Amino acid sequence: MAKQHVAATINGDAVEFLCETHQTLLDVLRDELGLTGTKEGCGTGDCGACSVTIDGRLVCSCLVLGVEAKGKSIQTIEGMAAGAELHPLQRKFLEHAGLQCGICTPGILIAARSLLERNPDPTEEEIRLWLAGNLCRCTGYNKIVDAVLDAAREMRRK
Amino acid sequence: MPDTITPGEKKLRVVGTRPVRPDGVPKVTGLARFGADYSLPGMLWGKILRSPHAHARIRSIDTSQALALPGVKAVMTAADLPEQKFEYVGPERTAANFWHMTRGIMAREKVLFEGHAVAAVAAISKMVADEALRLIKVDYEVLPHVIDVEQAMQPDAPLLFEDMITRGVEPAPDKPSNISKRIEFKIGDIEAGFAAADKIVENTYRTKPVHQGYIEPQACLARFDADGQAELWASSQGHFVIRALTSRLVGMEVGNLRVYPAEIGGGFGGKNVPYVEPVALVLSRKSGHPVKIVLSRDEVFRACGPAAGSVMTVKIGITKDGKIVAADGVFTFQAGAFPTSPVMNACMCGFTPYDIANVRSVGYDVVSNRPKTAAYRAPGSPISAYAVESTMDMAAASIGMDPLQFRLKNVAKPGTQTVWGPKHTHEGFAETIRALMQNPAYSTPLGKNQGRGVAVGYWFNNGGESSANVHVNEDGTVLVATGSSDLSGTRASMALMAAETLGIDYDKVRAIVADTGSIGFCGISAGSRTTFATGIAVVQACRKVIDELRARAAMIWDAKVEDVVWEDGCAKRAGKGPGEVETLPIKAIAAKRTVTGGPISAEVSVNAGGVAPGFAAEFCDVEVDPETGAVKVLRFVAAQDVGRAIHPALVEGQIQGGVAQGIGWALNEEYIYDDAGRLANPGFLDYRIPVASDLPKIEAVLVEVPNPNHPFGAKGVGEANIVPSLAAVSNAVSRAIGRRMTELPMSPPKVLRALDPQRGS
Repeated sequence: MAKQHVAATINGDAVEFLCETHQTLLDVLRDELGLTGTKEGCGTGDCGACSVTIDGRLVCSCLVLGVEAKGKSIQTIEGMAAGAELHPLQRKFLEHAGLQCGICTPGILIAARSLLERNPDPTEEEIRLWLAGNLCRCTGYNKIVDAVLDAAREMRRK
Repeated sequence: MPDTITPGEKKLRVVGTRPVRPDGVPKVTGLARFGADYSLPGMLWGKILRSPHAHARIRSIDTSQALALPGVKAVMTAADLPEQKFEYVGPERTAANFWHMTRGIMAREKVLFEGHAVAAVAAISKMVADEALRLIKVDYEVLPHVIDVEQAMQPDAPLLFEDMITRGVEPAPDKPSNISKRIEFKIGDIEAGFAAADKIVENTYRTKPVHQGYIEPQACLARFDADGQAELWASSQGHFVIRALTSRLVGMEVGNLRVYPAEIGGGFGGKNVPYVEPVALVLSRKSGHPVKIVLSRDEVFRACGPAAGSVMTVKIGITKDGKIVAADGVFTFQAGAFPTSPVMNACMCGFTPYDIANVRSVGYDVVSNRPKTAAYRAPGSPISAYAVESTMDMAAASIGMDPLQFRLKNVAKPGTQTVWGPKHTHEGFAETIRALMQNPAYSTPLGKNQGRGVAVGYWFNNGGESSANVHVNEDGTVLVATGSSDLSGTRASMALMAAETLGIDYDKVRAIVADTGSIGFCGISAGSRTTFATGIAVVQACRKVIDELRARAAMIWDAKVEDVVWEDGCAKRAGKGPGEVETLPIKAIAAKRTVTGGPISAEVSVNAGGVAPGFAAEFCDVEVDPETGAVKVLRFVAAQDVGRAIHPALVEGQIQGGVAQGIGWALNEEYIYDDAGRLANPGFLDYRIPVASDLPKIEAVLVEVPNPNHPFGAKGVGEANIVPSLAAVSNAVSRAIGRRMTELPMSPPKVLRALDPQRGS
């Protein structure tokens, strides 16, 4: 079957690409568009490393087809910082040592931003429940939760 | 905030602070490049065909149709890898046999587990590669299989290797078996020890294989050029060791292979050895194109070594006042399809926290039709600690003694004889137990269905071969390069130690991981060795650079080098007037490098000795739901002797991460096989590692009893933390329900069965 032409918005920019009908959005981002910041940990929607938002909704990009991005607005980790200025979540993850190997970090940051958009003042328990779809094997989550709480605190002050 | 217990005064300026790590920003912006993130022009995708059978003879492999498929550029089988000599090499603890290893990369005569690689293809797209795999015809003669370790030891069990004679038994058995090896360590006289005991407790325990669960599947990119030179971008725990093993497995000289360290998305021991690298290199050699291989999660579970499962019996004799007089352990480990599980470590570590005069540790290494086990965080030690510490808990309870008091009473000290040879030489065990006892939470009351469990654990830690290069840049900033793979922030520790030694600020030092073509050999980042051993190389290189900086300053001043000292990042000498001091900062010396002798740098390679072991003491509180059997961990406090925390936040992270893995091992994680010997849960949905909402806050208590053999007192910190965790959780559950748990994981059905044998079936 011929490749499909897809026009979408990625991190605020208009993007066009060709993709096979079976290709996942994750594969399109990584293999066709070179946006390798979105990671594949499982390919079955269990680990959250490939988290992106589509029209503001948090999804695993391994469970979405590339063609489904047609006309949609997608946010990936590459669009999280405002130019040279890191997002408060990115900064707080660094300050709190909220990452070790860093492979889950892009997905967790995207998921955490999505939480704070809905709930600017989450409790520790709310953070733990929201991030339950994002696996981290290095940290035991302590410092991730600390970083999200601290970033939320800072973002509320602004 | 976690406690830090520091005997003595710290006079350090940079070491012990918590700056942002040098590799941090690219990891939060998505720009860091991990194993799967490298590409080259003309690159092909490699895919691996795997056995659907647990045990089968390969009659033939027909790759002709796959090779004829448009877009397929190469197909390989084991015939493309050179045969290897059958011999065990390296230390017995981790003995490797390349005859086995090449068969692990790709099956030859037989497939020995479901998921065993049998062939591979390289094609222009993932889809074409998948299609090509379907066209490879393998003719299998299916053989009876054996999964369970106890069944594998039966005389009539199917044999994985028809000529395997158990090593370590005198006289050698006259019949082959699946028992690869027997080992025994002994001190004193255990019969006499047990005869003198007032109480003897004994139990048998079982654990299941668990996976390291790194979130990044194995991935690499290989380029093999027509002149025989090759380059490899690989995510591993040691690119030099990947180079050594891979070059031998594909039959090329080490000097022709250059390996670049990709960022590594978790390893925990599972990325010490190659899986995909030899395959990608051979496919690249055959096709003339770069080849990328990225494993799926399913392949990671089925084919990339988990930790061993086990059956263990431990017997302990104590006097009525709580002195341990004898200990006996028999540890039987599943090695997987090829020999060498970490059972020897298990035998060596299990009783080593204690001062016991009469000890025997016996280990069996047993093969069965499962993927070959790989290292997993303190390999072997958490497993034997689970059995030993459960039995210690029973012993303490049998005389009504506080379980931490019991351990403190019997704890090993400098001079205590270990069962495996040396005497202990380092302090820190008792201090760590005391730190845990002093934690206020240890004496808080518990509610209904709740229990508190404690355990301690020992790990060797490691030193070994490391290289570091320290270069003073033209503007006086400093580059620190090492060959140690950075799994969790060791670049930050290297930069901190260099800044401290040189007397300059942390942000004037940049630490990087250099490839195999850019620096001397470095061993794998495993055994909690990197901050210790590579740190020693970094500090020694800094000291050489300081000597050079002093010489350059002397030249500039036209003074004797003996009259120049190095302090606070400056060369200093006495000035003309009384009390006056002349200084030359590093920046000024760097600016004059050209006229004083050229670039200022030093490379140091070491084989670091003087390792101090790791020791951890932990307690946890759990609540058991009597209706469902579910266990909730309410609190976890982990004290570990870290020597000196170079970057305390990263050290806390090691402890929290190790404990989290231990909780998963204790409560959820296990390899489940069906009757056909196929793995039933090869994904994160059914193989459930702890998620954020499963875990409590894990409190890390850093105990600092410095190692005198490291410039800043560092001890390895990566592994000792997981050693007690399994037993701490099990002891807590056992106390909560009033029955001794003897099997991991303590999943709800097992807990229900313990509560009421009628219900849990």
